[in-house]
Amino acid sequence: MGKTIHYASITKKIVMSLAGLFLTSFLVVHLTINLFVLFDPSREMFNQAAHFMATNPFIQTFQWVLFIGFILHMIFGVVLQIQNWMARPVRYEKKGSSELSYFSKFMIHTGVVVFIFLIIHFANFFVKAKLGEVESITYASGTYEDLGNLIILLFKDGAYVAFYVVAILLLGFHLDHGFQSAFQSLGLNHSRYTPFIKLIGTLFSVLITLGFVAIPLVIYFS
Amino acid sequence: MDLTLKIWRQASATAKGKFVNYKVQDISAEASFLEMLDLLNESLVQKGEEPVAFDHDCREGICGACSLYINGRPHGPDRGITTCQMHMRNFKHGETIVIEPWRAKPFPVIKDLMVDRSAFDEIMQAGGYVSVRTGGVPDANAIPISKRNADLAMDAAACIGCGACVAACKNASAMLFVSAKVSQFALLPQGKLEANERVRKMVARMDELGFGNCTNTYACEAECPKEISAANIARMNREFLVAKITAPKE
Ligand code: HEM
Ligand code: FES
Repeated sequence: MGKTIHYASITKKIVMSLAGLFLTSFLVVHLTINLFVLFDPSREMFNQAAHFMATNPFIQTFQWVLFIGFILHMIFGVVLQIQNWMARPVRYEKKGSSELSYFSKFMIHTGVVVFIFLIIHFANFFVKAKLGEVESITYASGTYEDLGNLIILLFKDGAYVAFYVVAILLLGFHLDHGFQSAFQSLGLNHSRYTPFIKLIGTLFSVLITLGFVAIPLVIYFS
Repeated sequence: MDLTLKIWRQASATAKGKFVNYKVQDISAEASFLEMLDLLNESLVQKGEEPVAFDHDCREGICGACSLYINGRPHGPDRGITTCQMHMRNFKHGETIVIEPWRAKPFPVIKDLMVDRSAFDEIMQAGGYVSVRTGGVPDANAIPISKRNADLAMDAAACIGCGACVAACKNASAMLFVSAKVSQFALLPQGKLEANERVRKMVARMDELGFGNCTNTYACEAECPKEISAANIARMNREFLVAKITAPKE
C-alpha cells in the first residue's frame, strides 16, 4: 500500500463502533421528537422541537460531529467489507451458518439500504428546510416552519410509507447486531454484563423500530 | 453405513481443483472421521488412484494438525472437538458428506484438503513470545499470579492453532487465534512487559497477511475445537486501544 494512510483493522472497528453508538444515540433524540407529531395534533410541539434542533448552537455543532461520524462509519464499513470479501477468494461449496449473532451476516446490506434511505430522507426534509421551501405556521409561542405538515403529507403516500417501514425494519436488524457488537469492538466484554448488553440491544432495536414504524402507519391509516 | 463423500481434489497449489464423489461402504459408527478417510485412501491406492491428501498428526485432539470443512462446519458437526476426535456416529446411512479444505487467502491449498497455515507461524514470530534471559531456574511461585488470571491465561493457551476460527468466519478473520495468543501472555506478569508492542505487531502482521476483519459474528467461538471464548477478542481490542494510546511511536 506504500505510504498511503493505513489504519489497523482494530482501529477501523473502534472508530466504527464509536460512530455507530453516536448515531444510535441520535436515533433516540430523533424518535422522541418524531413522536410529538402523534401526540400533539396541532404539531406545535414538533415544530418547536424541530426549530430548536435547527437553531441551537450546541446541536448545530454536534450535527457536524454526527455527520463526520456517519461518513467515517460508512467508509470504514465499506472498506472492511471489501477486505473481508477479498480474504476468501474461493468460497465454500457448502456455506456455513455458525454465527451466534444472526444479523451480523447482513450488516453491509442493511447498512446500504439505510444509506439510500437517508439520502431520500435528507432530500425530503433537511434540504427542503435548509432551502426555506417549507411553509410557516404561527402559534401563540411564535412562528415556525411547518415541518410537521411535511411529514403528514409524505406519510399519506402509500409507496413512501412502505419504503419507510422496510428501511426502518432493516435499520432495526442493523442495530440488533450493531449495539452489542460496538461494545465488543471497544473491548467491553464481561461475563456478567455482556448477556445483559445483548438483551438491552435487542430490546432497544425493537423499541426503536416500533417507534419509527408506528408514526407513518398511524398517519397513513388515520 | 454407506456414504457418499464429495471431496475437493486439487493436484497442487497451482492446479485447478474440483469436487469428486466417492462411495464408501460398511463404515462403522465407531470409526473416527480420519479412519473413514484412511479406508477410502486404502481403496484408492488399491485401484492405483492418488489418495486424498489431508493433514493429521496426533489424532488425539492436541496438535492442531487436522482440519477439514465438513458439511459447512470446520471439524464437522460435533462441538468442541477436532476432526480426528469426531466419530462417524454423527452421520446417517446414505448421507452425502461434503469435505472441503479451509478457505482463506492466507491459507492457500497445498494439495487436496491440505492448506498452508504458516501464516499463523508468521503472526507468532511477530510477537507471540516472551523475551527471557536464560540462566538459573527461577523458584516456582516466585511471581504471584492470581488464580483468576492463571485460569484465563490457561484457557486462552488451550488454542492449538488449527485455524478453525478462520475457516468458520464469514470474513476469514484470524481474530480468535491472535486474541488467544495475545491474551495468554497479556494476562501473566511475564507477558505484561511486552504487551503493548506484542499486540501492535501481531495485529499488524495479521492485517498484512490478508486475513479479514472481525464483525463479531462469533462463528469462531462456536466452531473452536478448544472452545476459546470471543471474550479474548474484546481483551485484544482493549490491549490494542491501550497500546495505541499510551505507547510512544517507534
Ligand atoms: C443510523 C444509521 C446507522 C447506525 C445507528 C449504525 C450503527 C452501527 C453499529 C452500532 C455498528 C457496530 C459497530 C461495531 O461492530 O463495532 C454498525 C456496524 C456496521 N455498520 Fe452501521 N450504522 C448505521 C448506518 C450504516 C450505514 C449507512 C452503513 C453503510 C454502508 C453501515 C454499515 C455497517 C457495517 C458494514 C457494519 C459492520 C462492520 C463490521 O463489523 O464488519 N452502517 N453499525
Ligand atoms: S490430528 Fe492432532 S488435533 Fe487432530
